[in-house]
Amino acid sequence: MAVSQHAGTPAPSTQRVPLVELRNIRVSFGGVRAVEGVSMDLYPGEVVGVVGGNGAGKTTLMRTLSGARPPDAGQILVNGQPVTIANPRDAKALGIETIYQTLALADNLDAPANCFLGREIMGGGSLNDSAMESETRKVIGRLNPNFKNFKTPVLRLSGGQRQAVAIARAIQFNAKALIMDEPTAALGPAETSQVHNLVRQLKSEGIGIFLVSHDIHDVFDLSERISVMYHGRLVGTVNKNDVTTDEVLGMIILGKPPTKLTSQELAGLHG
Amino acid sequence: MSVSAPGDATTEGTPAAARSFGDSVSAAFSPITDRLRVLEVDTRMLGMLGALVIIWVGFNILSGGTFLSPRNLWNLSVQSASIAIMATGMVLIIVSRNIDLSVGSMLGFLGYTMAMIQAVWIPNELGFGHEQPWIWIITLILGIALGFFVGGLQGFVVAYAGVPSFIVTLGGLLVWRGLIFRYAQGQTIAPMESTFQMLGGGTVGTRVGALGEWPSWILGIVLSVAIVYLQISSRRRRRKYGFPVRPLWAEGLVGAVSCGIVLGVVLVANNYPLPVNVAIAYAEEHGITAPPGGLFIPTGVAFPVMIMLIVTLVVTFLATRRRFGRYVYAIGGNPDAAALAGINVRRTIMLTFALMGSLAAISAAVQTARLNAAVTNLGIQNELDVISAAVIGGTSFSGGIGTVPGAILGAVVMQSLRSGMVLLLVDSPTQDIVVGVVLVVAVGLDTLVRRRSR
Repeated sequence: MAVSQHAGTPAPSTQRVPLVELRNIRVSFGGVRAVEGVSMDLYPGEVVGVVGGNGAGKTTLMRTLSGARPPDAGQILVNGQPVTIANPRDAKALGIETIYQTLALADNLDAPANCFLGREIMGGGSLNDSAMESETRKVIGRLNPNFKNFKTPVLRLSGGQRQAVAIARAIQFNAKALIMDEPTAALGPAETSQVHNLVRQLKSEGIGIFLVSHDIHDVFDLSERISVMYHGRLVGTVNKNDVTTDEVLGMIILGKPPTKLTSQELAGLHG
Repeated sequence: MSVSAPGDATTEGTPAAARSFGDSVSAAFSPITDRLRVLEVDTRMLGMLGALVIIWVGFNILSGGTFLSPRNLWNLSVQSASIAIMATGMVLIIVSRNIDLSVGSMLGFLGYTMAMIQAVWIPNELGFGHEQPWIWIITLILGIALGFFVGGLQGFVVAYAGVPSFIVTLGGLLVWRGLIFRYAQGQTIAPMESTFQMLGGGTVGTRVGALGEWPSWILGIVLSVAIVYLQISSRRRRRKYGFPVRPLWAEGLVGAVSCGIVLGVVLVANNYPLPVNVAIAYAEEHGITAPPGGLFIPTGVAFPVMIMLIVTLVVTFLATRRRFGRYVYAIGGNPDAAALAGINVRRTIMLTFALMGSLAAISAAVQTARLNAAVTNLGIQNELDVISAAVIGGTSFSGGIGTVPGAILGAVVMQSLRSGMVLLLVDSPTQDIVVGVVLVVAVGLDTLVRRRSR
């Protein structure tokens, strides 16, 4: 059973430089330590599931990587080089894109405006809305061929369509690494399977994905490795093929690596 | 627009009565609204235009035909201009979820400063004398620059220090008004330089603050050509990408109505003659002999109205065709999303206030020029008119929604009510009551319609 407490663990793709590496990241809010010295890494073409209970610090950790909340301490490396990510622009410049749980859409703007927000295509000194719409149609068409409302505010779209807009925005610009925070939480079965197919496709294109999720089955379905967080700390990172869902559940609920879990405790999970 | 599902978050909390009332209204109008959808025209904008037509026709009947006379409409356009100019900026402020209560005081302060520049500092302190051909433009440029700075200063405190804009601009309302008294202990500053006075649309001797007949037509034709050109180019662009375009009849109708409004404004302005004594002096100066039917020299589009048209074009361009405007609307729609998209939210907010200050300076120039003086109560309570114009024009306090042309229309609606009531000899307190009620009812109706259309 390969359980590691630290980054730089022999991952499926040994010898290669990680696409993204988080080292000893710390984040505090006032006196509360939300993330305490957590390390994780991500290789190209790999999905790493990031799981944990509410308040485990998954989202806060990921926000340091997407630039929404710079870490108080720790180091971030991209392709082996130390980088500073002070704001979302820095992250995007490094090819790190994020699909937020809240989707982070401007509800009053249409799909193309949301997709290109902050990175508008200009032409002759003014916004080239047609070019942006054309690009957006291409990308969203890949995700959801039935999507037709390119001129309506995203407020009027369904949950699945809004999700498509948020995903399109993230993959529009040749992302190298993708953070997906609860990408299927608000979706129906058909839309969920669309997202799953998309994740597999992106993976095959060599994109690395951090998949933050409550849904242990989602995570087992899609990821190679699973990092479990508990009360702001990393419990461990495991290879999916080496563990059972019960063992991962034990890590999530009890905050102990599988080696320290007793059979009694495991049985108690189902009690 | 869309059918709302049961439990749809946007319809939650709607009183059942309001919903069923709204439903029956929309059912009754659905054949019309379907047509309007083809036109791709903002239906709320059309509603507002309809309200304006009703107000105009109503006042015209009540006043026995005086309201729609060229003279009254010309004056109405000039009176609306200074509020409308500021309302274009207020739209962007409110869209980004802020407010500027200081515009009236800023206007007073900036107007007073511009009066000092042209009537005291340049002529006396610098010794250039009162009538120099360049004084008006220097004054205007300095005024707009100062407005940009003063507004930007408030915007800086709002955006970077995080003080709510309500508080910052409430402070500004007191500070800028108070500063006026530091200049000249509250004395009236007059007169304005004669070219500068033209900005107000008045007359000095034989000079008139309006375009005159042929330049007005040229302005109207240039604007119409621009409208048609924009339509054709946007159609071509959409064709190039293979997007659906609206049917030709709809395109033609929209273009015809837009051009009709522009040319109608020119037609009315050209039907308003110069006052008799000005016309006689003007005719003598230009060697025109009075025809037997009496002298009729068209005034043409007033300079304040021309300034308003230019400001409208510029601010509309900023709001809809530039990143700045896109970001303002994004911030209003979802400030967190805007920040996560990498938008510099603080800088954008600061710039909206700086723009507001510049527009207050332009309005200040119009008002001081029209008054031919700067007085201490210049622009008092203008903030209320400007905010009302923006809000009647469809700008929403919850952020992210509002248009510049809507605000212009809002300003015209407000001024039409006031002007009409003056014609009907309604006293000033009653005018306030009516305008206040109209403001609340207009926003109430708009909220009802908007809640349904989601």
